[in-house]
Amino acid sequence: MPNGHSHAEHYPGPLHNPPVKGAAAGVPHHAGHEHHPKLQHHFDSMDQQLEASYLGMWVFLVTEIMFFGGLFMAYLMYRWANPSAFQEASAHLNKAWGAVNTVVLIVSSLTMAMAVRSAQTGAKAKTQVAWLVATMIFGTAFLGVKYVEYSDKFTHHLVPGPHFQWTGQYPAGAEIFYSLYFMMTGLHAVHMIIGLGIMTVIAVMAWRGKFDADYYTPVEVSGLYWHFVDIVWIFLFPLLYLIGAHYGAGH
Amino acid sequence: MSAHIASTRLYIFVFLALLVGTGLTYAAALVDFGYANNIVMLTIALTKAGLVILFFMGVRWSTKLTWLVALSGFFFLLIMFGITMSDYLSRGWMPGSLR
Repeated sequence: MPNGHSHAEHYPGPLHNPPVKGAAAGVPHHAGHEHHPKLQHHFDSMDQQLEASYLGMWVFLVTEIMFFGGLFMAYLMYRWANPSAFQEASAHLNKAWGAVNTVVLIVSSLTMAMAVRSAQTGAKAKTQVAWLVATMIFGTAFLGVKYVEYSDKFTHHLVPGPHFQWTGQYPAGAEIFYSLYFMMTGLHAVHMIIGLGIMTVIAVMAWRGKFDADYYTPVEVSGLYWHFVDIVWIFLFPLLYLIGAHYGAGH
Repeated sequence: MSAHIASTRLYIFVFLALLVGTGLTYAAALVDFGYANNIVMLTIALTKAGLVILFFMGVRWSTKLTWLVALSGFFFLLIMFGITMSDYLSRGWMPGSLR
């Protein structure tokens, strides 16, 4: 909170005791100056309030890093144990679809950043909604490509389970790879669907004019979530799609 | 982050850098570097993730406390990877141990 100390009676922070002043003790906290209607009574300033939400969202995202981290750990361990099988299995994924989806998500991150910016600069409600809807369109496009890919895997018996068929050299290792493929991309897709739900709520709020240059916390915080899901895909794309190009080349 | 509004130009620049990174990682995967392919792809992915975190997520302009929390996520991830793999990689180093 860089500038939250303009008033002497303000609570300076958690490491200090709140000052008790005889003269001010009975005076309501709000006396003498106006507050933004969205400012909660336990915050000093809009900046401090935003900072608290921003930090809280990051704490949640750390738990999300560990949530996905467990799957990345499983990937690392099983790939270490089955290096050739993972290359052989990865070669069957469509690199072009993976690359297209990576670009689609990067575009959606740009439109998300612009949605936050439009709220920060107090742009018109329609402008804010337009960026949010653009983000949702690209998010939906991503899921559309994912649907095409998943149906392809079902058609070709690449879904782990009793109907899994593998004509290559390493059927057992390939099945592990596809188990991880579906778990990791599946958990990611669930996050995308939740993200689309959040964006729907935020877009409705923006349409109703809830956000301005002083109050845009919900847009900022849901933007953090959206970008995080993009980051997960930035790692999933090379680790799942791009490790099989040289299968059989001697390593 | 709260008081800072990044310019559209910066966002476009970060966006283009992310596209270049995606192209690079795709092209690099088609070249056979052996085991180094993994290092190349992870370096590019970490750079791209760093760009998103610093600029799109605005950590670049946030408080030190936010930096600490954000970095702690990756720190604990490394502890999980490091300790787990130190087990798997060291099995069989001593006679009579597992595997």
